[in-house]
Amino acid sequence: MGAYLVRRTVLLFVTVLGVSIIIFSLMRIVPGNVADILFESSGYIDQEQKAKIEAELGLDKPLVQQYTGWIGGLLKGDFGFSYMSERPAISEIVPRMPVTFKLGALTLFFTIVFGIPLGVWSAVRQNGIVDNTLRMITLSALSLPSFWCGLLVLMFAVHVFGVIPIYSNEPRGIWHELALLSIPAFVVGFRSSALIVRLTRSSMLEVLRQDYIRTARAKGASEQTIHYHHALKNAVLPIITLLGIEASHLLGGLVVIETVFNIPGLGRYLVEAIRWRDYPIVQNLVLFSAFAVVITNFIVDMLYAVFDPRIKYSE
Amino acid sequence: MDSAIQDKAAGGTQPAAAKAVLEVEGLKTYFFVRQGVVKAVDDISFSLAAGEKLAIVGESGCGKSMTALSILRLVPDPPGRIVAGSVRLDGRDLLTLSDADMRRIRGNQISMIFQEPMTSLNPVWSIGNQISEALMLHQNLSRQDAFDKSVEMLKLVKIPEPARRAREYPHQLSGGMRQRAMTAMALACNPHVLLADEPTTALDVTIQAQILDLILELQERLGTAVVLITHDLGVVAETAQRVIVMYGGKKVEEAPVVELFEAPLHPYTQGLLAAVPHLAAMSGLAPAQSRLKEIPGIVPALVNLPKGCTFAPRCPFASDVCRNEFPPYETKQPGHSVACWHADALLGGRHA
Repeated sequence: MGAYLVRRTVLLFVTVLGVSIIIFSLMRIVPGNVADILFESSGYIDQEQKAKIEAELGLDKPLVQQYTGWIGGLLKGDFGFSYMSERPAISEIVPRMPVTFKLGALTLFFTIVFGIPLGVWSAVRQNGIVDNTLRMITLSALSLPSFWCGLLVLMFAVHVFGVIPIYSNEPRGIWHELALLSIPAFVVGFRSSALIVRLTRSSMLEVLRQDYIRTARAKGASEQTIHYHHALKNAVLPIITLLGIEASHLLGGLVVIETVFNIPGLGRYLVEAIRWRDYPIVQNLVLFSAFAVVITNFIVDMLYAVFDPRIKYSE
Repeated sequence: MDSAIQDKAAGGTQPAAAKAVLEVEGLKTYFFVRQGVVKAVDDISFSLAAGEKLAIVGESGCGKSMTALSILRLVPDPPGRIVAGSVRLDGRDLLTLSDADMRRIRGNQISMIFQEPMTSLNPVWSIGNQISEALMLHQNLSRQDAFDKSVEMLKLVKIPEPARRAREYPHQLSGGMRQRAMTAMALACNPHVLLADEPTTALDVTIQAQILDLILELQERLGTAVVLITHDLGVVAETAQRVIVMYGGKKVEEAPVVELFEAPLHPYTQGLLAAVPHLAAMSGLAPAQSRLKEIPGIVPALVNLPKGCTFAPRCPFASDVCRNEFPPYETKQPGHSVACWHADALLGGRHA
């Protein structure tokens, strides 16, 4: 286990390093920098002023020096300054984290609590009314883009209640905040849970045919026990894999939904930063999400071993 | 039904059959598939006395396993369904019980050992956990007590280091040990009837004998009645007291084991016995035929069987009456009944 952890940690740093090079290069390939964007609105470019801004931000230095400067700063805990606000990048990013985390956690929560039980239900009622209805609903959920669903929800709210459930920066207590966040989380989770329903169903159908399910019945176990105790634990591995992938993709889904619902989180902030070519913010945020993806994968691998005793991580 | 009455008449001569623990009468399990109706179990009747060892033999696909699954009401539904008959355990008809009542019987008063120890144990729960489950369900034991009792059961089936093995998972055990664990699980609640569905088929020959000995030893010690389902006549000869021969979903012959081997009445039973290799003949000591005898043809598909005796197409004695009507069960010797139009002729031929 020790050697395995060392290997995973090395892999983590290699991955993050690779991502840092890619995002650094991509940002430099995108035409224009923050100075160009600043002059865009005025319609002309004052070359002298532009050079001055670039020199101030260090954008005139060779690319390799810019890159090593960024990474060197990171190693010392210096995340650089935001070009937009001229405040330290870290103090721009950190305050926006909680709302995005809450939104992400709530989305995963919806994905799991709807996805898995409905998938099990669908499987044990194979080809019944419940199963067919769920298959129809999940198929349509997968075909609807979440931003469109979000817009529908907003329009519906306006039409029926006359108000838009917009996130406010000062929610009245935790329940109010949960209620406000659960609407966008549900919109994103709706789609992911549809995926989980379909996967749980097919995985369960495979397991329910196995001999040990018959053994459990012959023992006198109830159907409930058979489905959740005997079958689901065997069927859960592909579900965990998909949940891991969904969790990794969450930031992407949240970008859209934070924009639609006007939630001041990391996703929306990232889009804004990209528009302003705010290199320190974009680079650090992308690096951070790469970090999160690698950690998620690690958690997924650990969960495999928790659910299946045949999987062991040792040399 | 005629057969049932005759069975009882036959049973009267056997002291063991006086207090039957399991009585199956006119059991019919059909599968309704697109091609038609598959009569997997067609009018099977037998009774089992307490502590008795009964074998059901036949080729693959003759309905042996389905008979056992029907008794436990574990026939996959759809497409299968028990369409007629009764299964009485200690006088109580299992086929009329509610699902909840049936669950209280399964694994408690009747339990089953399956053919494939590799796939019949749940790979993600420990052996001890799986044995405990039956105990917790039926004996209201706490988790800890049930686990302790499972360790005891593992010791009873002669698994070395039972306390350690109880914490292990099926993939850490050999095939023979898994079948021992299955046996421990099946016997944990001290059932009246044990259905053993080819318990040794998937095992090495050396392990087969060990597992059979174990099952027999335990059934004697615990007084459990056993229905042993097998296609291996060697196993039947070693273990059973009474034998039922099945063909095409129907019972074709029933006899005490010695009588069946010495004087088989049904042409199918005779064919089966002739197909058993004999050591003397094989080693050239006896001047027997150089080739093993076989029953010509194959087991019929059970979809939409024509009327008449199911064995008629493969039977050397088949006549017009065989092809038109299934023969009635007739008791030819005490405890020995057969369904064959030509049984008398075959019996007479033997005695002549």
